[in-house]
Amino acid sequence: MGMTMTQKILAAAAGLPEVHAGQLIMADLDMVLANDITGPVAINEMDKFAAKGVFDKDKIALVPDHFSPNKDIKSAQNCKCMREFAHANDVTHFYEVGEMGIEHALLPEKGIVTAGDTVIGADSHTCTYGALGAFSTGVGSTDAACGMATGKAWFKVPSAIKFILTGKPAKWVSGKDIILHIIGMIGVDGALYRSMEFTGDGIAHLSMDDRFTIANMAIEAGGKNGIFPVDEKAEAYIREHSSKPYKIYEADPDAEYDEVYTIDLAALKPTVAFPHLPENTRTIDEVGDVDIDQVVIGSCTNGRLEDLRIAAEVLKGRKVKKGLRVIVIPATQKIYMDAMKAGYIETFIEAGAIVSTPTCGPCLGGYMGILADHERCVSTTNRNFVGRMGHVTSEIYLASPAVAAASAVTGKISGPDSLGL
Amino acid sequence: MKACGTVFKYGDNVDTDVIIPARHLAITDPKGLAEHCMEDIDSDFVKKVKAGDIIVARKNFGCGSSREHAPMAIKASGISCVIAETFARIFYRNAINIGLPIIECREASEKISAGDVVEIDFDEGIIYNKTKNESYKGQAFPPFMQELIAAGGLISYMNQNVKTH
Repeated sequence: MGMTMTQKILAAAAGLPEVHAGQLIMADLDMVLANDITGPVAINEMDKFAAKGVFDKDKIALVPDHFSPNKDIKSAQNCKCMREFAHANDVTHFYEVGEMGIEHALLPEKGIVTAGDTVIGADSHTCTYGALGAFSTGVGSTDAACGMATGKAWFKVPSAIKFILTGKPAKWVSGKDIILHIIGMIGVDGALYRSMEFTGDGIAHLSMDDRFTIANMAIEAGGKNGIFPVDEKAEAYIREHSSKPYKIYEADPDAEYDEVYTIDLAALKPTVAFPHLPENTRTIDEVGDVDIDQVVIGSCTNGRLEDLRIAAEVLKGRKVKKGLRVIVIPATQKIYMDAMKAGYIETFIEAGAIVSTPTCGPCLGGYMGILADHERCVSTTNRNFVGRMGHVTSEIYLASPAVAAASAVTGKISGPDSLGL
Repeated sequence: MKACGTVFKYGDNVDTDVIIPARHLAITDPKGLAEHCMEDIDSDFVKKVKAGDIIVARKNFGCGSSREHAPMAIKASGISCVIAETFARIFYRNAINIGLPIIECREASEKISAGDVVEIDFDEGIIYNKTKNESYKGQAFPPFMQELIAAGGLISYMNQNVKTH
């Protein structure tokens, strides 16, 4: 019986000729990631392993991005714990403030994850690297500790859902709209325990940044991973960013899928997820009148250069609605610099937005944009759970950078068409 | 192994942000986390919970973030088991890895009410509702996970069974 793309990578990682859905395997890892929230908990467990130290100093990435630059004394202590661990174990990929970025934008940019890799990260959005044709999935701190100490992780081999993407999306429809549409269609547990494998001629029309966004939110449908085939665009990205050897896996023609969906990208509209679940989606023409207090453009989902380019295109020559707070967060130092050179940062500041150093900050209600009671935020982030960005009565509306930027101008949830764009 | 306690009942998609909000994630000590457990979904939980009590929820319990702080907070608050129709996969892994007992059981998830007193026989996978005098059969763990649980969690299992560098 044929294997899915994910199953082929897992078989190779487990040193097996083939695997089947439901099988429990022990896999070798190419990269283990942790951040300043999950890392310290993992580091505290490291001494309990029979294997001492780290399995491979080049295959561990430690990124202080969530509450960093340190928001308070406790987060400062956590970052210190990571820094000391990284130095003591000579960890190659520790990224201090000044060189760090939001982990899931940073690792592909630095070229330390690539096609064919098996990656775990103590962060649920580790599934982002599926855009590069890697198997990557989120785990907790104990799994990350185990990965750092032994280079191994156990997996239950997932079955898969196939999403055939066809056609070319309209101008203001991006990867965010595509993944919100899919989550709206299958629900927040629609892909529970399973792979989401994307295929079809429509992928050729998606930029790498679109694909990172789509793979990033596989977890919001409950998926174990989201994965794209490695086409010319992906290979070009990999060659530009990485010197690591990579391997391209393809699903077998006779691979079995639990379900198959065909999605015509040309028919999609800008899409918004209403509180308090990412599955509560409405297209932009169905949103009605929703006044807002804040806009956030950033995060591991939508803080990449193309996201900022789109937001700048909408905000160029326009002003943020009086009384609205608009926070733009480039996801990495490189993205920040590139956006500056391209003039986007100037556009944001002239419009009346603020621009922050890279951080996860407001996405998880950490700092830098916490909401008060009953406030509403349009955000390009990934979750709109109760209290996620602040007070339990606050509300988050998930949207693309184009919708977030247009909403920043009008003060209510709006598409770029409302500005004549 | 057995557990017995009073039930706290919740609905679908209880996410890790309501189990332990990010404003408390700089805490790494389990007892400190337990002081804020379920804070954004049930502000009475911390006041009422007793050692041995049981959480019963519907589908996709623990969805969202990978924070192990969520099962750590639940375990440290004294909860002896979480029963749900389904669990989000990272929460499922984390619970097994740290030794928080969990059971998937649709019937129990549907029929048990808040305040019911429930007894669980983990060896048999039987959930007995003393208040309603009903029994439900939970989903058994695959053999590998039983070994992992019997070893006392992931770290002990790896130390005993897997050769590394």
